[in-house]
Formats: sequence, C-alpha cells, structure tokens
Amino acid sequence: MFARLGHRLLAGLAVVVGVVVLTFLLLHLAPGDPIDIMLGPTGTAEQVAAQRRALGLDEALPAQFATWLGRFARGDWGNSIAKGRPVRAVLGDAWPATVRLVALSLLLSYLIGLVVGAVQAARSSSRTDTVLSIASVTLFAVPGYWLGLMLVLVFTYWARMLPAFGAAGLDSDYLRGGAWLIDRLRHLALPLATLTLVGIGGAARFVRGAMLETLNQPFITTARAKGLTPRRVIGHHALRNALTPIVTLLGLSLPALFSGAVFVEAVFAWPGVGRVLVEAVRDYPVVMAATAVSAVLVVAGNMLADVLAAWLDPRIRTRAT
Amino acid sequence: MTPPRLLRDRRGAFGALVLLIVLACAIAAPLVTTGDPAAQRDIVATRFLPPLSTDVDGAFHPIGTDRFGRDVWTRLVYGARISMGVGVLAVLVSIALGVIVGAVAGYWRGPLAVALLGLTDFALALPRVVLLLLLAALWQPSTALVIAVLGLTGWMGVARLVHGEVRALAARPFVEGAVALGARRLRVLARHILPNALTPVIVAAALGVGNAIMLEAGLSYLGLGVQPPTPSWGNMIASGRDTLVNAPWVATAPGIALVLVVVACTLLGDALRDLLDPGVRR
Repeated sequence: MFARLGHRLLAGLAVVVGVVVLTFLLLHLAPGDPIDIMLGPTGTAEQVAAQRRALGLDEALPAQFATWLGRFARGDWGNSIAKGRPVRAVLGDAWPATVRLVALSLLLSYLIGLVVGAVQAARSSSRTDTVLSIASVTLFAVPGYWLGLMLVLVFTYWARMLPAFGAAGLDSDYLRGGAWLIDRLRHLALPLATLTLVGIGGAARFVRGAMLETLNQPFITTARAKGLTPRRVIGHHALRNALTPIVTLLGLSLPALFSGAVFVEAVFAWPGVGRVLVEAVRDYPVVMAATAVSAVLVVAGNMLADVLAAWLDPRIRTRAT
Repeated sequence: MTPPRLLRDRRGAFGALVLLIVLACAIAAPLVTTGDPAAQRDIVATRFLPPLSTDVDGAFHPIGTDRFGRDVWTRLVYGARISMGVGVLAVLVSIALGVIVGAVAGYWRGPLAVALLGLTDFALALPRVVLLLLLAALWQPSTALVIAVLGLTGWMGVARLVHGEVRALAARPFVEGAVALGARRLRVLARHILPNALTPVIVAAALGVGNAIMLEAGLSYLGLGVQPPTPSWGNMIASGRDTLVNAPWVATAPGIALVLVVVACTLLGDALRDLLDPGVRR
C-alpha cells in the first residue's frame, strides 16, 4: 500500500512538473505579449524594453523558468502583472468564495443524487425510474451558465426575490449578525442552485449505474433469499458496495474546488477563482500559479480517490499489497 | 448492431429522431429560414420583436428578433451548423488521435507503448477547463481553434478504451490465425483487430459529441470561441444575456436547442451502449 502510494506520489510530481512546463511554454510561445497590453499602442520602444527588463521577460526562456520555479517553490508566487498585487493574495482572496460555493454544491448534489439514483435502481424500469431518468439526463445536459441565466430571469427579474450578482450586497459591510447572514445566503442561493442542479444530473446517473451493477451480484440474491426487506437489501447491502465508485468520483472532483465553477462564476459575477482565471489570460504569474495549483489538486484528487476506495473496500487494499 | 433494434429502444429512437431533425434543419438551412443569419435591416423598427410577430417589412419571426433586428430562428438554424459541426469535427479529431494512440500502445508492446500510455495518463491529469481557457485565450479565437482545442483535450478516454480492447483482441485465436498466415502487423491491426475494437468507440463518440457541443458553447459564451457575427449557440446565449430582461427569447431559444441536442446525444449513447454491450443490458 505505502510502496504504491510512494510510486503514485512520484508519478504525480512528474505530472505537476509536466503541466507547469507545458503551461510555461504555451504562455511564452503564443503570439502576443503582456507588455503590449500593459503599455498600449502609445508605448515607445525604450519603455517596452525597460518594462520587459523589469519583469524579467528579456532573459532566455529556460532561465526565466528556473527563476520562476525557484521563487514558486520558496512560496514567492510573484506579482500579478495586471493588478500589481501579489498572486498569492489575488488567489487567496478568490479561493474561499469558490470553495464555499463548490463544496456546498458538491455535498448537496451528491446527497440528492445518491437518494435519486438509489430510488431509481430500487425501482428499475418502473414509471418512477423513467421520470427520474428523464429529469437527470436533462439536468446532465443543461449548461450551467444557461441554467444560471434562466434562474436569474425567473427569480431576479420576474419574481424579484433573489439577487443575481456578487457574493454580498453593497451594504454588506454595515450589516451585522442575522441580517449579514441572510444577505450572504440570498446571494449564494442562485449560483448554488445552478451548480447543484447541474451536479445532481451527473451524480444520479452515476449512482443509478453503480447501484444496478451491485444489485446484479450474487450476494444481493443471497441477501434477498435470506428474506431481508427490500429496504434493508438496498440501504444496507447494495448502497454500501455501490459507494466505492461514488466516493472515487467524489475524490476526483477535488480540483473542482479550485476551478470547477468557471462558467457559473462568470454568470453570477461570483468573486471566485473562475473569474480570476478568465481575467488573467496574459497575466503570466497568475496563470502559472493557477495551473500549478490545479495540477496539484488533480493529482491529489486521484490519490485521494484511491485511498478512499481502499479504505471503503478491503478487497482493493489486499489486491494492492 | 441492427438499426431497428436501436430504434426499438425508446431512448435510441428519441435521440436519433432529434439529431436527425436538427441535422436536416442545419443542412437545409437556406430552405427552412428566410435570408441571411447576420442580416440587419431597420434596427430600431425590427429589434426585440417578440416571438410569432411580423415586422414592418412583413417578414415573419417565429421566435422573434435580437437587439440588431436579426431573426432568432434563422440564427438558431445557422448556429446549429456551427455547433453541430464543431462538436462532430472535434470528436472526430479526438477519436482519430485516441484510436491511433490506443491501437499502437495496445499492439506494439515495449518502450513505445509505455511512452504512449504515460502520455495518456499525463494528458488525463491536465486540468481541462484551465487548459481550454488558456489555449482559447492565447490565440486569436476562431472556429478552427475551438475544434483543435476540444479535439486535443478529449482523446484520452478513447485511447484508453481502444488500448484495452486491442490488447484483449490481440490474444484471440483469429488474430493468431491471421499472424500465422503471414499477414503484416499493420494489416493485422487495421483489418482484423481495429474493426472489432471500435464498438465502445461509437458509444464514446455519441457521448463525446454532446460534451463537445456543450464545451464549445461554454467557450463561445465567454467570448473565447466562435466569434460574432457568425452565430453559434454559445455566443447567441452570450448576446441574449445582456438583453435578458426585455428579450428573454434570445437567450432561451439557443439554450433549449443545446439541451435537446445534448440530451439526444446522451440518450443515443446510452441506448447504443446497452445494445452493443450485452453485459450491462437489463
């Protein structure tokens, strides 16, 4: 188990380095230059040269990469070219908002998806199953940003119930206690509903598949033959075993906590990582740091999925050692 | 895989029907619409006309007009050409890549296979959305770029599928027979193994087209994909976002079309999978 983890850790490190190198090359080989954007068309040749030197962009690419890597490893992620603020502060300000939104929506969509998928599998091929299947495949196919717009149309413009933009009202600094919380929750409602609804579709489809797979196995027949109630067979025997692939999927969605809501954040002007990413196209230090973090999370998510699966299912543990 | 059996599955029939109608409309766009999707006339008199209205020139607009007085139905149909085209082409690119990588890695063991599998695992670990944003934003946005970007970031699943199939098939007696008859390796792979390995690829393709259409729309929505005035469902939703209050139909119509097509692709993929893989059929 530990040897395998060590092996995975090395492979993961290689992936992270690969992603960072790839991003670095893409950024620097693509046409266009952040300096042109910074100085605009009126910048003189001397100004461009001076600015390039100030940002260290006049060095050879390998040297630039080495400098970046050295600083990054020591925790100095550089300054955002566009904003002038440290990248760590830019991402650090944005990250909590994204985590709040995505973590809640993952939790809700998996809980609801689990129930819906389990009900469907228990009544496979019934009318309930068909109706829920249609609902989940439709939610699965809805683009988050469009669903967001539709919810804004209904709940903001028509019903005038909920705010559509940002994470807090303009007056939120003056609100205290309950009023502050209500303001935050009202702003959270539409983005959260959008992400959760879209997530339920995928989760329910996956749970249904995993449950049906499990229900076909001999030990379920045994459980039924023992005379256990259907509720107990589903809830105690089937759901537990179907949980392994579901938890694996949950582990794989770890990177979503960082970059999983790009489109929905764009719709609701949610002050999260997605917005930073969309704005930071030419901002080399921001893009580099964001890709590095994403890559680490992807690798960590894969490993987390493995560990969780082994923890839930002893058979995987013994196979691995 | 006989068509009648696929159509007897209600999901398959629905998916095929929807895709057929959308494709027919897209191909016959000049016949089912009136005029140019980018045509603007008297903007003040013809903008934001609600659905089922007739403008000053007597032109009928089944789903209204947008803020430039352009006919939404016409743009929707021409947008179907772009969205479906991008989706299908992107999936073709990723399937071609995936089949080549998977087949080579599955049939030629050794360092090449290790390298290709390593590349696949590496590409699978790339953060796709971040990469999409990066690629689409660094170069001048264009339809061709969207196809390339979606194709280049979507081949890994196919490669894994094909790799597994090819490895399993390579050990089967009929392949050994072909080798014993003296067939060259490339011929064995192309004529004997690949045709038998393609069934899961068909399923992946059906699901992939829906996914690619959705991602194309997402990129175009952010302004990084297909550029206006060329209509794509994504940039139509984006332009409707600004006029959500006075003309909700501009953003609603392409979204419904998008959902319908993606649902159709998903159901068709599900039906195909159950049909081709009896192991999961219930």
